[in-house]
Amino acid sequence: MAPLVKVENLHVTARDDCGRNLAIVKDVSFTVEPGEVVALIGESGSGKTTIALSLMGYTRAGSRIVGGNITFDGREVLAMSQRELASLRGRDIAYVPQSAAASFNPARPLLKQVIESSQIHRVMPLAAAEAKAVALFRELVLPNPEKVGERYPHQVSGGQLQRLLAAMALVTEPKLVIFDEPTTALDVTTQIEVLRVFKKAIKERGTTAVYVSHDLAVVAQMADRIIVLREGSIREVDATGLILSSPKNDYTKSLLAAAEPQVRAAAPATTQQTAPPVLEVRSVIAGYGTADRDGIPAVPVLRDFSLAIKPGSTLGVIGESGCGKSTLARVIAGLLPAARGEVKLHGMPLPRSAAERTREQLRRIQIVFQMADTALNPARPIGRILGRPLEFYHGFFGDKRRRRVAELLDMVRLPATMAERYPSEISGGQKQRVNLARALAAEPSLILCDEVTSALDTVVGAAILDLLAELQRELGVAYLFISHDLSTVKAVCDEVMILYAGQMMEHGSRGALHQRPLHPYSDLLISSVPELRQGWLDGISDKCLKEAAVGAARSGRGEACSFFERCPVRIPGRCDVEPTPLRHLSKGADIRCQRTEEELVELTAQ
Amino acid sequence: MTVVTASSEGPPRASERGTGTADMKTALVGLLASRIAIAFLTLGFVSVAVFVGTEILPGDVAAAVLGQNATPEAVAGLRHALHLDQPAYMRYFLWLVGLLSGDPGRSLVNNLPVAGLIASRLPNSLMLAGVTAAVSVPIALTLGIASAIWRGSLLDRVANLLTMSVVAVPEFLVATLCVIIFAVHLRWFPALSYADRIVSFAQFFRLFALPVFTLSCVMIAQMMRLTRAAVVDTLRSPYIEMAVLKGARPMRIVLTHALPNTIGPIANAVALSLSYLLGGTIIVEIIFNYPGLARLLVDAVSTRDMPLVQACVMMFCSAYLFLVMLADIAGILSNPRLRYR
Repeated sequence: MAPLVKVENLHVTARDDCGRNLAIVKDVSFTVEPGEVVALIGESGSGKTTIALSLMGYTRAGSRIVGGNITFDGREVLAMSQRELASLRGRDIAYVPQSAAASFNPARPLLKQVIESSQIHRVMPLAAAEAKAVALFRELVLPNPEKVGERYPHQVSGGQLQRLLAAMALVTEPKLVIFDEPTTALDVTTQIEVLRVFKKAIKERGTTAVYVSHDLAVVAQMADRIIVLREGSIREVDATGLILSSPKNDYTKSLLAAAEPQVRAAAPATTQQTAPPVLEVRSVIAGYGTADRDGIPAVPVLRDFSLAIKPGSTLGVIGESGCGKSTLARVIAGLLPAARGEVKLHGMPLPRSAAERTREQLRRIQIVFQMADTALNPARPIGRILGRPLEFYHGFFGDKRRRRVAELLDMVRLPATMAERYPSEISGGQKQRVNLARALAAEPSLILCDEVTSALDTVVGAAILDLLAELQRELGVAYLFISHDLSTVKAVCDEVMILYAGQMMEHGSRGALHQRPLHPYSDLLISSVPELRQGWLDGISDKCLKEAAVGAARSGRGEACSFFERCPVRIPGRCDVEPTPLRHLSKGADIRCQRTEEELVELTAQ
Repeated sequence: MTVVTASSEGPPRASERGTGTADMKTALVGLLASRIAIAFLTLGFVSVAVFVGTEILPGDVAAAVLGQNATPEAVAGLRHALHLDQPAYMRYFLWLVGLLSGDPGRSLVNNLPVAGLIASRLPNSLMLAGVTAAVSVPIALTLGIASAIWRGSLLDRVANLLTMSVVAVPEFLVATLCVIIFAVHLRWFPALSYADRIVSFAQFFRLFALPVFTLSCVMIAQMMRLTRAAVVDTLRSPYIEMAVLKGARPMRIVLTHALPNTIGPIANAVALSLSYLLGGTIIVEIIFNYPGLARLLVDAVSTRDMPLVQACVMMFCSAYLFLVMLADIAGILSNPRLRYR
């Protein structure tokens, strides 16, 4: 059988800010057979989305297809007129983009948008299209399939929007569906559910698909064949199983290695076990909005939250978007004064607001943000960015300051010449190193790392994690490591705290996460992280998924459990009403749950 | 969402499903009501500013009215009659109460009621503004949207060049050239645009053609450029790319995907331009000898006729606030995030 898609010697260029044309896709050739799911995998800048879009004869502003042939279903895509391309797009080839929230028109109801392509291409009458959409909603396990189409994009959660995008793609029954990182923006527990319905829909229809992703573990679940891309050219093409088990290309090997990070954390020396904590957070309540009469904010984010970090150790805080991780960092740094509770540094209470803290108190807690580039002033050279905290905290000037800047750059493994460059001239990974050096300039006892590797590619992020671990060994600095990604947290942290809707759910050593029983939410979170083997997705039990699908986290009332609605072992009338007790488990961890250890062991064994 | 929740007690989002549209409606009504309240509050501040502003202008009205030969007693008598001997805050309240009851006082110059003076000019100004708006808004929006759709095309470049030049050329030059070419040389239209009575459409057209053309030049240029910018901005959104990848043609992309998201900015552009039509038409009114409010204001300033100045300025400010408020309401109503929370 002839391939459905045949790409030969594709070349794409993009014009950069200076007006130069850079090759972003170089001599790429591949085929997609009917009924096959082919993955394009690579890091940012590998050209994977550019290639996927060019299959529809589309390029983004500034880029241009300069050579090659694309044959789709026997037709030359690159020779088509705009009108012919329009009749191809949405009809024969459909596209599922990464950001569902941005890809839906905010001003139109969802159903209208979902069936739009069927109306543009006059595939079926309006009523039939609406009925078909509702059937797809049901198939994609959307809650309230008859009514969800009347809603507007902002009224629906991210995971649901992503499924609505899939319905939008499938409504015309296209010959090829392009999935462009469809689950990258989702939380893991949401991702797993979306992946499952996507996989089922693809399998049942025998849909031909091109699946674009940077995540090998996700791709391993979805694709029959994997094309590994780097810097616009193909490094390796093989069946998924072979890529995972016996990669031939060095780059593929490094991708596989980075996908499963090794443990880097230096276990704190035994003498430190008894040392007083460097930071203690006690019964903190914090949030946003106007405070009520008791001083409790209208939208409480952290509720009765406590933690302690030992000197020179790393505490990982993990949770999904909106669970209060970043709020925690802001409260500790004093950027968001807590409404209640206290933050203690070396046993001494800190003023709640950064403005009231002394310079010495400020110096001891430093913060590194997720967005490496927006955290650096683009108008200042690196040397001045690093020099400022040296002046401010230590009064270093002139030669002394210059020498210290060079030392700091050396500490984060950057050349001393970097001091004269501007943030726009260096890469994302280098920027994050500069941010780290800026934090180190203060010689803090604690660094708050807020998703420091989340915006970086896997391989670059892994190098940053290595650096963090090395610095901790050398300088004895403690970290509060905030992340949504379980594997990075496990890689660098001595202790892990799992947060859900502003409440601590489980807190224990890294090792305790591998031991049962677990808090029901920890269990869901851990089992939702895709594993780097084929068939993992098909082996997940349905039960935990059904609960996960219930949707948005909701702050429980008062002291009751906020995980109640999604919990597979909840006790209605108790969990949602009574204050949830803290329990100490025999594996050494603490959990917040109504269920006793024995009950949890019994229930999760089933 | 964050914009508005600060003021409302906002139940958690998950529970929204159950509570019906009644809550959304009250939220929307509350939003609109607060917007209107803000307009009135602003108007209150403006009235203070206007009063203080005219208060600190140098010169004594009584002395100015009575001339150099007036006796101090006569001046004092007139000051008393005009309440000028009372403290400023008293005069402010007297003035405000008068304004609210529709009586902004009497002209200091000719002792005629200010309300009557304004009433004689307001219809003229409204007529000129209305005709100009009716001509310029549709042209500006069509041109702006068209040049956004066909960005970089010949149409876009020509429209860009023309609007740039029209904005750059001073209005008095356009008006003067109009008079020289169309009134003096070609004799198509009269040079002066006033008649007691309008008897036919032909006469109406002849009278209004030149002033409306002059005003429309700037109006269209401004509105068109802002409209184009708003639409172009929206056309860069990911949901527009999505529509392209669904096979939508350019016309559909603009009309059903881009425009509903640009109503807010476009309405604001239109409101800003139109608010200029009441007070900012002084050059046109003078060149075409058109008896509108702008000339009344300029005359009042030159004769220090404070009650008239104050009333005219309040008039222009109210019109401006009213238009901007309408634009904001259009923006609120066209935004589903605010309509359905």
